[in-house]
Amino acid sequence: MMDKARIQVLSDNDRRKFLIRLTSVVGAGGVAAACVPFVASMNPSSDVLAKSLTEVDLSSITLGAMLTVAWQGKPVFILHRTPEQIKSAESSNGGIDPELDSARVKHAEWLVVVGVCTHMGCVPNQEGPGWICHCHGSEYDHSGRVIRGPAPKNLEVPPYHFVTADKITIGLA
Amino acid sequence: MPGRLIEWIDQRFPLSSFVKHELTGYPTPYNLSYWWNFGFLAGFVLMLQVATGIFLAMHYKADVALSFDSIQHIMRDVNYGWLLRYMHATGASAFFFVIFIHMARTLYYGSYRAPRELLWWTGQGLLLLLMATAFMGYLLPWGQMSFWGATVITNLFRATPFIGDQVVIWLRGDYTVGDATLTRFFALHYLFPFLIIGAVIVHLVALHKVKSSNPSGIDLAHKDNIPFHPYFTIKDLYGLGLFLMLYSVFVFFLPDSLIEPANNIPANPMQTPNHIVPEWYFLPFYAILRSVPNMVGGVLAMGLSVMMFAFMPFLDRSRIPGGAHFRPIYRLQFYLFLLDMLVLGYVGYTPPTDQTLLIGEVATLYYFGSFFFIPFVSKLEERWLIARGLPPEVISLMESEARALKKQNRKHGRRREEDQA
Ligand code: HEM
Ligand code: FES
Repeated sequence: MMDKARIQVLSDNDRRKFLIRLTSVVGAGGVAAACVPFVASMNPSSDVLAKSLTEVDLSSITLGAMLTVAWQGKPVFILHRTPEQIKSAESSNGGIDPELDSARVKHAEWLVVVGVCTHMGCVPNQEGPGWICHCHGSEYDHSGRVIRGPAPKNLEVPPYHFVTADKITIGLA
Repeated sequence: MPGRLIEWIDQRFPLSSFVKHELTGYPTPYNLSYWWNFGFLAGFVLMLQVATGIFLAMHYKADVALSFDSIQHIMRDVNYGWLLRYMHATGASAFFFVIFIHMARTLYYGSYRAPRELLWWTGQGLLLLLMATAFMGYLLPWGQMSFWGATVITNLFRATPFIGDQVVIWLRGDYTVGDATLTRFFALHYLFPFLIIGAVIVHLVALHKVKSSNPSGIDLAHKDNIPFHPYFTIKDLYGLGLFLMLYSVFVFFLPDSLIEPANNIPANPMQTPNHIVPEWYFLPFYAILRSVPNMVGGVLAMGLSVMMFAFMPFLDRSRIPGGAHFRPIYRLQFYLFLLDMLVLGYVGYTPPTDQTLLIGEVATLYYFGSFFFIPFVSKLEERWLIARGLPPEVISLMESEARALKKQNRKHGRRREEDQA
């Protein structure tokens, strides 16, 4: 008789422990799920996402000139490269982050790169060997490849494609 | 009538006893120097920031198309708007000025040691909150420095493993610092000071448990404590007067010295200013960021450099009381550390050249080295000081306080026994 009651108490305790654990896990899951909309609300909204395509007419960019356009709010450099610039870009494969020039362009005379320094996000100026970032002194060549630190990577090539011979759309490869 | 009102309240709410226990009658070491004024001053500046901030928010517009102009509107059209803004912008610098001295005081006198570790760590939390608040506030005027400062700092989160790029976009709510960023920074800039107020309350509860330290560095027994009011209310008010004089010089005569000229140009995402510098209070940490050649390493080093202070209770192994006061080697370390901070500040301010980079690297090494060597140096110093003999006045003070503390504790113990009986 005694023993039975004891067993009853023990298993009651065990059941209680199990239920507490189970409800805690479910409760924690609920709290985590409730956080999702709050965290997600901070990601880019649809209108921001909609800015993600930019169309550019290249015909107005003369040989050797550069046009800066905004894509996703970021500057994109479009450089109409001269034959000398193409030659020097093709004759090396950069420095810190080696990459072939041919892998970075679709037509050799057009270089399209995101004008955001890969170090900390400043906009480099067109000067010197190609571009110089004034924030911490990184230098990029005429292929947008980093040739002097502290920037760790080459200027990013955005996804883009030629719609016609002198029109590109940035944002879609 | 007021007497009866207070009596009425006291029967329902512990008003008088709270005021007496925590404010007017709060036992305070009689020997506190003026270095102990800065906690009160920090609280005062906090109230000043909240007051000016709320009134600025009545005229400010958080929208990339309107922000910059709304600041001009505040400066030109709003009655005394210029005063509110200059008080707020200067107040941010004043806040850091006061907090840095407050921290230096604690480091000098070793007040971070037992039993005040939690007090020190809540203070560390307050420093982080203050930095976050000031950083977000700085974006609000939407000038060139605002924009590029926020760009560079949010970019640091690219160092997050695997999901760095997504984290940065999530923080900004856009591919670049934009409208979404500005509005959320404003919302959080409004919120954080109230979190600071909450953290200050925790800080004070911890303080009232362990009581103030004092320049002797020896815990004082009851006989050497005096009530906070009127002795320290008057001392704090006197300090406040001096502080307000300095503050007013900046607000009324040099307000633009604390606002970067480039911030009077509206933000332009297509053009980085040639020389971007953070606010002066971030310069030493910014210099550490730039001094590490590797980007992820730099971000880690900068984060760690702010957090190093939290380790002090573990790093300092010396049991000699009184902080730097009775510890010549620690004192030397302390002053060299301050000097190193100034050097780092200078390096953070100048545009990077090979020479300043080298100075920055050496100063960064020294910064971390001075923390790293504290355990060994403090132990050696303790041994040396004990071998040499502490100054006789320290020994007699320690002994007399220990005796008084024992007596006091015995009295408390007896009272507790009586209570239980
Ligand atoms: C911990 C206290 C606070 C600190 C350290 C702080 C810091 C700052 C800083 C550095 C700025 C930029 C100033 C400039 O260059 O113009 C700023 C702007 C601003 N803050 Fe605060 N703030 C604090 C509390 C508050 C509070 C409680 C509010 C209330 C809503 C507030 C509202 C604003 C507004 C509306 C601006 C934009 C106007 C302006 O730039 O002058 N701040 N804050
Ligand atoms: S952001 Fe360009 S070098 Fe640092």
